[in-house]
Amino acid sequence: MINNPKHEVYKKIDSIQFGLLSPKMIEKMATVRIITPELYDEEGYPVDGGLMDTHMGVIDPGLKCKTCGGSLKECLGHFGYITLAKPVIHIKFVNVIYDLLRSTCRECGRPLISEKKIKMYIKQIEEVTKEKGVEAAKEKIKEITNKIKDIKVCPHCGAKQEKITLEKPTTFVEGDRKLSPIEVRARLEKIRDEDLPLFGINPETARPEWMVLTLLPIPPVTMRPSITLESGERSEDDLTHKLGDIVRINQRLQENIIAGAPEIIIEDLWELLQYHVTTFIDNNVAQLPPARHRTGQPLKTLTERIKSKHGRIRHNLAGKRTNFSARSVISPDPTIELNEVGVPFVMATKLTVPERVTEENIEYLKRYIKNGSKKYPGANYVIRPDGKKRRITDELKEEILEELEPGYIVERHLLDGDIVLFNRQPSLHKMSMMAHYAKILPYKTLRLNPAVCHPYNADFDGDEMNLHVPQTEEARAEAEILMNVNTQIISPRYGLSVMGCIQDSISGNYLLTKYLKLPRKEAVQLLYEAGVDDISKLPNKKEVTGKEIFSVLLPDDFTYIGTAKDGSRVFIENGKLKEGTIDKSAIGVESGLMLRSLHKRYGKERTFKIIGYISKLGIVVLLHYGMTNLLSDSDLPEEAKKEIKDILKKAEERVNELIKTFKEGKLKPLPGRTAEDTLESYIMEALNKARNEAGEVIEKNSKEETSTLLMIRSGARAKMLNLVQMSAMVGQQALRGKRINYGYFGRTLSHFKKNDLSPESHGFISSSFKQGLKPTEFFFAAITGRDSLMDTALRTPKSGYLYRRLANALQDVRVEYDNTVRDSNNRIIQFEYGEDGIDVSKSEGGVLNVKRIIEEHLTKV
Amino acid sequence: MKKIIKHVLVPEHKKLSEKEKKLLLEKYHITIRALPQILKTDPAIQDLSVKEGDVIMIKRKSPTAGESIYYRVVVSSE
Repeated sequence: MINNPKHEVYKKIDSIQFGLLSPKMIEKMATVRIITPELYDEEGYPVDGGLMDTHMGVIDPGLKCKTCGGSLKECLGHFGYITLAKPVIHIKFVNVIYDLLRSTCRECGRPLISEKKIKMYIKQIEEVTKEKGVEAAKEKIKEITNKIKDIKVCPHCGAKQEKITLEKPTTFVEGDRKLSPIEVRARLEKIRDEDLPLFGINPETARPEWMVLTLLPIPPVTMRPSITLESGERSEDDLTHKLGDIVRINQRLQENIIAGAPEIIIEDLWELLQYHVTTFIDNNVAQLPPARHRTGQPLKTLTERIKSKHGRIRHNLAGKRTNFSARSVISPDPTIELNEVGVPFVMATKLTVPERVTEENIEYLKRYIKNGSKKYPGANYVIRPDGKKRRITDELKEEILEELEPGYIVERHLLDGDIVLFNRQPSLHKMSMMAHYAKILPYKTLRLNPAVCHPYNADFDGDEMNLHVPQTEEARAEAEILMNVNTQIISPRYGLSVMGCIQDSISGNYLLTKYLKLPRKEAVQLLYEAGVDDISKLPNKKEVTGKEIFSVLLPDDFTYIGTAKDGSRVFIENGKLKEGTIDKSAIGVESGLMLRSLHKRYGKERTFKIIGYISKLGIVVLLHYGMTNLLSDSDLPEEAKKEIKDILKKAEERVNELIKTFKEGKLKPLPGRTAEDTLESYIMEALNKARNEAGEVIEKNSKEETSTLLMIRSGARAKMLNLVQMSAMVGQQALRGKRINYGYFGRTLSHFKKNDLSPESHGFISSSFKQGLKPTEFFFAAITGRDSLMDTALRTPKSGYLYRRLANALQDVRVEYDNTVRDSNNRIIQFEYGEDGIDVSKSEGGVLNVKRIIEEHLTKV
Repeated sequence: MKKIIKHVLVPEHKKLSEKEKKLLLEKYHITIRALPQILKTDPAIQDLSVKEGDVIMIKRKSPTAGESIYYRVVVSSE
C-alpha cells in the first residue's frame, strides 16, 4: 500500500486554521449559482441552475461532471451557492452575535469601554491563551463580555445604549423594536478589526458580519445523493428537500420584493426563509418545530449528520466496521482445549485466510480451489500478482487452476489450527480479547471451553461473542505471542489465575480426591477420557485412590503446601497428593493457589495443559459417578428440626426481652446511636445469630455428604446460607441494611398491630423455602427481591460508565524501564510503580513472600 | 488551629536543596514540568518557606514498601 505511487505523500498538513466563510469566498468556491428549485427535466436529466446541477458533481454512473469532467468515482463534487433575497442569521452564531450586539455601541460600533481598557483586556486574553490554552481564554472572554454588556453610554461617542434582548431562536429586539437581520448585519459591519480580539475573533479569518448570511453555499450533489427506488421512482436526500424549500421561498421573496408587495407579506416570507435556513443547518433547535417529511419523521439536516451516536463522527469515523469477523451465540464444550474455539462450518466457509502460492504449497492450495467456495475446505478468492481479485466460481474454477502460479494469493477457508481473535463485550480488560486456535465444528454456535468463561465474563444464557481472523503474518504472529490464551492465565490485577475450574470441574475433583477408590482399570479409563495418555505415574495396584489418580496430572517434582476451604492442610510432595482434598481454593478461578504455584514453577504452557486436564478430569469423574441434587438433600432429621425450633424460640425470647427493656427505657444506647437504633441493631444481631446457629445444626446433622453439601464444601456452587434458607429458615429480610420499616402508618402491614416491634412484623421469615412462606413473609421476601432487582438494574450501567471513564483516563499510563509510572506526555505519576515496584502478577497478591523465596533457594543449592 | 503537619496521618514534607533538585531531575531525565505538583498554599508546606519551582520530598509510610518517596513541584494557585 505504502509503496504504491498513488499514495505518495506530496503535501503534509502543518496546521489547520478555522474561520468563517465570507460571501466572497462562498462565491469563489462555488461552481454554479442555483436559481430554480426544479431538479430534473422531463427526460430525467438534471436541470441547469437546479439543485442537482451537474456542475456540482454527478451521482449517476453515466453522466460526467460539467466542472471537472470526472465521472461518478472520480469527481468528489463541487459547491454551488444561492443569493438570498434578504440576509438571514446563522443559527449557530446567534449567541456570538448577541454578545457582540450588546457589548458594542449602536452608533459607532466600538466596545463600550475606554480605549485603554480595550487594549488592556486584549493583552490579558493573549496572555491567558499563551499560558493556559484556548479553553481558559474562552472563560476570560466570557468574563469580560459579561462586564461590558450592561453599560448604558458609549465612552467613545457618548451615544445612549438601548437594551437588546434575544427572542429565541433568531430574533433580536432593541427596546421594543425588532432588529431585522439587515440591521444586525449593519451593526456588525461597524465593529472595527482591531477591537475583534476582545471577543475572541481573529479578524484575519472571520468578520462578524459573515455570521449573517447573504449567500448560502449549496453542498455538492455527492453528499446528498438521491436513490432510485425499485418502482423507478426517485427519492431525494433530506438535504436536497430542505434546499428545495429554501430556493423556493427565496424565489417567492425575490418576486414579492420586485413586485413591491406589502411589508407584512415580505416580512412573513423573510421569516419563513429564516426558518428554512435555520432548519437546514440544525433541525433540532429548541424553539422551532422540526421540519418534517410528508410521512412525519423529522428531516436529518447538517447538524444531525455530524452529531451524537449515529452521526458522522461517532458512527462512521470513530466506529469502524471490519471484514473477516463473525458473531454468534456461544455454547460450552469442555472437550475442546482452553485455547481453542469451535467455529461453525457456515462461518468457516465465509471467513478466509490469505495464503501466498509458492512452489511448495501450490498443490495443496489447488485442492482448495478445486473444492470451490461452497464445499469445505475450499477457497473463495484468488488474488493475482497485479492485485486483481477473482471469485472462485464453478465456471471460473478450471481457468483459475490453469493460471495459478507462485506469487498468487489464495483466500482459503478457515481451517483447524488457524489463529483467530475471540472477544466478548464489554471489553473491559485485556483478557476480553484473546487469541484462540480455530476448530471447525458442526452446528451454528461458537464453542468455548467453560474454563475460559471467567476472563470473558461469559455464560451461556444467550451470550454472543465476536471472532476476528488476522489477515497478515505479522498480525498472526503478534496474536499468537501476545494474545494467546495461555499468556493470560495470571491476572495482573490480583495475581491469581483467571482461568481455572468452575462448577462441575471443582465438584468432580473434590469427589475424586476425597472419597473415590477405584479399580486400576477404571482409573485408566478416567484419565484417558480426560485426555491423559501418559499413565506411567499411576501406581501399579489393583485398586488406586482418587488422590493417586489426581497426582498423575501433576509434574513429578511439584511440591505444594496449602489449605483447603475448610482449613485443613493440602500437601503435595514430589508430584503426589499426600494429604487433603482438592477444592476451590486450590484449582478455582480467582482463588486457585495451586494453579499459581504451578504457573510460577513450570511456566504458562505446562500450567495451561494441566488446567485443561484437571478441569476435564473433574467433569469425567462426574460423568462416571453422577451427581444429583435431591429434594431430600434439604431434609432434616427430627431432632435437628426440634433444635432449630428451639433456636427460633430462644431468638424470639431474646428479642421480646430486648423490646421489654427498651419500652421500660432501660436499654443502654450504643455510643453515637439512639435507643431505637440500638434496639434495632440488637434485634438484627439476635436474628442473624439464629440463622447462623441453624446453619451449624444442619452441618452437624449431615452424617453423609449429600450432593448439595458437596457442592457447598468444595466451593463449586452455592453457600451454606442457601441450604439453610431451603431447609431451616429464610431469615431476616433487610432493606438498606435495616429491617423492613415501610408500609402503613406505624406498621408494615395491616396484619400487625401498630408499633409492633416483633421480628415477624418487620420482615423476619421463620419458615424455610421448603416449608413454604406465610403470606406476610412472602410479601416481605417480594419487597427485598424487588429492591435488589432494581438495585442491580440501576447500578450496572452506572458503575459501567464509571469504570469506562476511569479506563479511558488511565489508558496510556505505563511503567517505564526505570520503574516510574508515566503518562503519554512523559510526566511522572509515580516514582516507583505502586510505591513498591512489585508486579502483582509475579508476586503473591502484591506481597513478596521473602521467607518462602529464601527457603526455595536454599533447597535448590 | 493545630499544625496539621504534626498529625500522624500527614507524611513528612521536606524541601530539596537546589543541588538535590538538580540530581533528581537528572536521575529521571526530566524537566521540572514532568513532576507532580503541589499548591504553594498547601497546608502541609506552610512552614517550609517555599517558592514556586521548589521541589518537595514527601516520605510516606507504605504497607508494602515500608517507606515510599514522592516528589512534588510547588506551583502557585490557579
